[in-house]
Amino acid sequence: MKNYFPSSTKFLSVIFSLATATLLAQNQQNLHMDETIRVLGTTPPVPVALTGFSGEAEEVLKFDLYVQGYSFVSPDQAQYLINGSDNGSVVGSVTDKFARKVILSRSYNGASLRRQAHAFADDIVQATAQLKAIGGTKIAFKAQGNGGAGEIFVADFDGYNPKQVTSDGAIVARPAWMPQRMALYYTSYARDNPDIYFHNLGTGQRRVVAGYSGLNTGAAVSPDGSRVAMVLSKSGSPNVWVANADGTGLRKLTSGVEDSSPCWSPDGQWICFATKFHERRRLAKIPANGGEVQYLNTSGAGNPTEPDWSPDGKWIAFTRQAGDFDICVMPTDGSNPPVILVAGQNPSWSPNSRTLVFNHGSAGHQTLSVLDVFTKQYKDCHRAPGSDSQPAWAR
Amino acid sequence: MKLNQTIFPLTLALAAMFADTGCYKSHPKVTQLPGSQAQVGDTGAGPTVPPANPFGDQPQTPTFSDKTGQLATSDSWDPANCDQDRAALADQTVHFAFDSAAVLSKEQDKIVIVSEKLKSDPAALLLIEGHCDERGTEEYNRSLGERRALALREALVNAGIDAQRIRTISYGKDKPADPGHDESAWSKNRRGEFVLCHKKAGA
Repeated sequence: MKNYFPSSTKFLSVIFSLATATLLAQNQQNLHMDETIRVLGTTPPVPVALTGFSGEAEEVLKFDLYVQGYSFVSPDQAQYLINGSDNGSVVGSVTDKFARKVILSRSYNGASLRRQAHAFADDIVQATAQLKAIGGTKIAFKAQGNGGAGEIFVADFDGYNPKQVTSDGAIVARPAWMPQRMALYYTSYARDNPDIYFHNLGTGQRRVVAGYSGLNTGAAVSPDGSRVAMVLSKSGSPNVWVANADGTGLRKLTSGVEDSSPCWSPDGQWICFATKFHERRRLAKIPANGGEVQYLNTSGAGNPTEPDWSPDGKWIAFTRQAGDFDICVMPTDGSNPPVILVAGQNPSWSPNSRTLVFNHGSAGHQTLSVLDVFTKQYKDCHRAPGSDSQPAWAR
Repeated sequence: MKLNQTIFPLTLALAAMFADTGCYKSHPKVTQLPGSQAQVGDTGAGPTVPPANPFGDQPQTPTFSDKTGQLATSDSWDPANCDQDRAALADQTVHFAFDSAAVLSKEQDKIVIVSEKLKSDPAALLLIEGHCDERGTEEYNRSLGERRALALREALVNAGIDAQRIRTISYGKDKPADPGHDESAWSKNRRGEFVLCHKKAGA
């Protein structure tokens, strides 16, 4: 029989070379991405070209990508080409220019054009940087009017579709999410005292979980949702206390002179909080079940307050109070001092551990804004009524 | 033939590899998002509606062990059940240094006056409000205001007043006495105010 094929060995070696070449090409692309060392504040954004979109879809794509570290350039300068249309529904594709291949091609139906554009942005980010999706996530915040009274709101993370949660006409503060649940804790003076409420957003039911005389504020829920840390002054000075999520089983955790704003490590083992030590304001951490306080290195960022621990465990964001306010981020292992990023207060991490929401502006006229800590790119959210502050990102 | 058994799966594998690289024209994959187009354009106006649950599962709420509405967490007399007189001790408002809850020595006379008032009226209760200027964050100031009120309570206890008669409340920087943005305004805002309370009849 005539031998139509080259010898099996030759044929196999050809196939093997082709396979290796393809795998090498893919690996080189991965190496290119891994080599991008993410440095706080000075990382260059990933350049992309966006074509074919307009109006609301374009606005959503630009917002979502900008606050996750992308910039918009002409096609010849771009690393990725994002192409598509939004006539009635969003259709889009992403081409990796260096690898010369289409890495994403999808169409989106249902819900709204905004939701579709958010979903496409999530897929773009997943295909190019493997970040956790934030396009469909929510934030809670307080909107304050004149005279100190305000209400708690929940909105899309870009500020759209705000929904009012409270209607007490009272002072409110510090909303905090129960992880993975549509439920909030917040401080409210609805009973003429700063009390901590638990509020089930699904049923609309709420109740006081800490209403002791003095101060009840700063609620922060453990990552597994079983416990809540709070600042109570019932023992004669504001300290961090921990209770079950329903407020029972209350236990005093800290004994400092001026303790405030607790937050949990993502593994639930530590609580980081603001305190005073040797006449200086410090950030500290303490084992969540009690133990010795350890002070964090925040040199260069005086008067640190309101820490928030990133979901991947690597970073602590906080506010430095130095005449004005600045958003700072430091590595949790203390390997480097904090980096001062942008003017603002009250940072709260998104699920992707690089984007956070904060508030900035002039006194009484605060606006929510979303920041990427590596590129330092930030964009203001769609405004809610009043002065908007103390945002909390649902995660 | 043995070669076919080897080549055919290899060819399939090769085709599969190239299939991932988009070297062919295909229809885009479809993502179907929940919710209809009728929900488009929801601007948030209208009655308060709980936001759709993005997590997709039943929210599990903490189990509360006491009855709804019962103030199980209340541990002191309730200022809301009292007649409150802000004018009686308005002249004794105490002012504080920046970022401090220490009662200054020049304010001690006011402590004496307030303690005398409480001693002369055994049924009277006292609510101490702690306030801050705008130069700290909201949460930091809510704590600082409380520390100022607590410091004043401690001073009154040292002057012989029963601590149970005194409650504290912090307003942080939410209720400035002077809305200005300079030291003249700030110094007026860093303060503790004394509100004289008497339980309402039948309370």
